[in-house]
Amino acid sequence: MGTKSRNYYLIPYVLWIALFVVAPILLVLYYSFFNIEGHFTLENYKKFFTPVYLKMTFSSFWYAFLITFFTFIIAYPTAYLLTKTKHKQLWLLLIIVPSWINLLLKAYAFIGIFGTYGAANKFLEAMGVGGKQILFTDFSFVFVSVYIFLPFMILPIFNALNDLNPSLIDASNDLGASPLTTFKRVIFPLTLDGVKAGCQIVFIPALSLFMLTRLIAGNRVITLGTAIEQHFLVTQDWGMGATIAVFLIIAMVIIMLLTGKRKSGMLR
Amino acid sequence: MTDKTIIRFQQVTKQYDNDPAVLDNVSFEIERGKFYTLLGPSGCGKTTILRLIAGFIEPSDGNIYFNGKKVNQLPANKRQVNTVFQDYALFPHLNVFENVAFGLRIKKMKSNIVEQKVKEALRFVNLEGYENREIREMSGGQRQRVAIARAIVNEPEVILLDEPLSALDLKLRTEMQYELRELQRNLGITFIFVTHDQEEALAMSDEIFVLNNGKIEQSGNPNDIYDEPINRFVADFIGESNIVSGTMLEDYVVKFTGKTFECVDGGFHPNEDVEIVIRPEDLEITKPQDGKLQVKVDSQLFRGVHYEISCYDNDGNEWLVHSTKKATVGENIGLHFESEAIHVMRYDETEEDFDKRLEAYEEGSHGN
Ligand SMILES: Nc1ncnc2c1ncn2[C@@H]1O[C@H](COP(=O)(O)OP(=O)(O)OP(=O)(O)O)[C@@H](O)[C@H]1O
Ligand SMILES: [Mg+2]
Repeated sequence: MGTKSRNYYLIPYVLWIALFVVAPILLVLYYSFFNIEGHFTLENYKKFFTPVYLKMTFSSFWYAFLITFFTFIIAYPTAYLLTKTKHKQLWLLLIIVPSWINLLLKAYAFIGIFGTYGAANKFLEAMGVGGKQILFTDFSFVFVSVYIFLPFMILPIFNALNDLNPSLIDASNDLGASPLTTFKRVIFPLTLDGVKAGCQIVFIPALSLFMLTRLIAGNRVITLGTAIEQHFLVTQDWGMGATIAVFLIIAMVIIMLLTGKRKSGMLR
Repeated sequence: MTDKTIIRFQQVTKQYDNDPAVLDNVSFEIERGKFYTLLGPSGCGKTTILRLIAGFIEPSDGNIYFNGKKVNQLPANKRQVNTVFQDYALFPHLNVFENVAFGLRIKKMKSNIVEQKVKEALRFVNLEGYENREIREMSGGQRQRVAIARAIVNEPEVILLDEPLSALDLKLRTEMQYELRELQRNLGITFIFVTHDQEEALAMSDEIFVLNNGKIEQSGNPNDIYDEPINRFVADFIGESNIVSGTMLEDYVVKFTGKTFECVDGGFHPNEDVEIVIRPEDLEITKPQDGKLQVKVDSQLFRGVHYEISCYDNDGNEWLVHSTKKATVGENIGLHFESEAIHVMRYDETEEDFDKRLEAYEEGSHGN
């Protein structure tokens, strides 16, 4: 009786998963076997392994890595400082609020700021450095992406640090460890789960970014996300777009397995 | 201060924000190689004293000296002190071996020496063969013992133990009491031990500090504290006591429950109001007419070693008696005691005055 009624509760969830997760993935897989004329083919997969697409894959991973790396470099100290402040929940909220604003709005705001006559250039001129091309560069792409992803990385790291028993830090100092050693041997290993969760949340969407590549990077950065968009909306080559998506999905699954929590629950 | 002194607190006060002081102007000295116990009710500041010694917090006022050097600001990792934490504070991402080895690895000791020392420490706490266990796979008592091993393996000058035996069953606890005491003697390390448990304190210590409300009420060796408590709080906290109010007619003559008794205490003003302590084991049941006090048995509990008999006198004072002989509830009995069994306490006497008075008037009167 108990398990039966519990099964009924699962129905909406299962329906949701089937309609919006499983079915689309199967459709993507299905389309990936057709060429632009609608004939069954393995051409798309062969094409994926040509230098054009491999380079695109590499650049996707490279930028996703850069974005994740810089986000982490900024997020960890920020989260650490947050746990030390008096009203930490309030500060955390202030950091999270920007993530509620629509991505496109933020992108357009940055176009304004980084544009030739934007605030950033005005500032550089005032500093005596002189105007620079900021928009449509790798730098602006990574910068804006990091800005957008930052709250998602800070949150899990903050939670991990916040859960850390402070007497473990005392214990480490007590046993002769300097603050740096304590960080390396106690604090960081014990917050690794939060770091992994944060990296996962940033790296996976960063792999398939496409709006920012056009708006901020001016299509100078071509990632797999951009390529998929181009194939579906511009060249109408759904087969090739789907093939790229298949590889993207595989990559994401691998990343999730790599950064997932260890089953042994070693840290809890 | 002598060169035996290893730690000295000089009028140390600790206050958080604007709350009342957690430690209020506390001064004491710790001598090298002795076993000290901090004893007191929950929240009286025992852990705070340990945290000050370990260097996790700084005093708000006053100074702390270690080997004659002021260490108020010295960080914890530079102090020759190791702590067994009240909540163990074992590292959850390391197994038992690595937890115990943590301090040795920081000192960059050779791995074969680390292995040997860790094994030895684990053997001492009866945890041989648990090296590869994860902390979450250990029981509360086992964790406590890992925490002890993690501190002693470093052989520091001072070990601070914050209720290190509280999670153990009686048998293991008694065993560990003996072994800790023996270890302390063998290594010659200074132990500062915190406990709620007065029996543990009496059994293990060279010196006991009885704390209450952020102040040291009394310090001394277990015998002195048990036999000559300075006030009602100490008398009540250490062992069980019968405490009644009385009047000191003159030195060596005290009046309580309407009767006059000879005693061995002196140094009072004539007719000074005082409190009288008689320990339950110093009371002896007699026939009513043979007793110094006449009481009626109210209830009786079998405590294993003795009966705990609760009686009331005509004034309504309760008298606890520990006796190996059984009494009958409702019966009128007499209570006999020696004049040495009476301990007289002045109201609001400082420890300094108390010690001076005792020295002047009680030479040789109490068996030591
Ligand atoms: N960080 C802090 N901020 C404010 N008050 C504190 C802090 N740490 C301790 N206290 C207060 O200091 C007092 C003494 O605490 P302490 O931990 O020394 O007690 P204790 O004697 O060890 O008690 P127990 O036997 O329960 O462990 C308590 O009233 C406690 O609330
Ligand atoms: Mg405590």
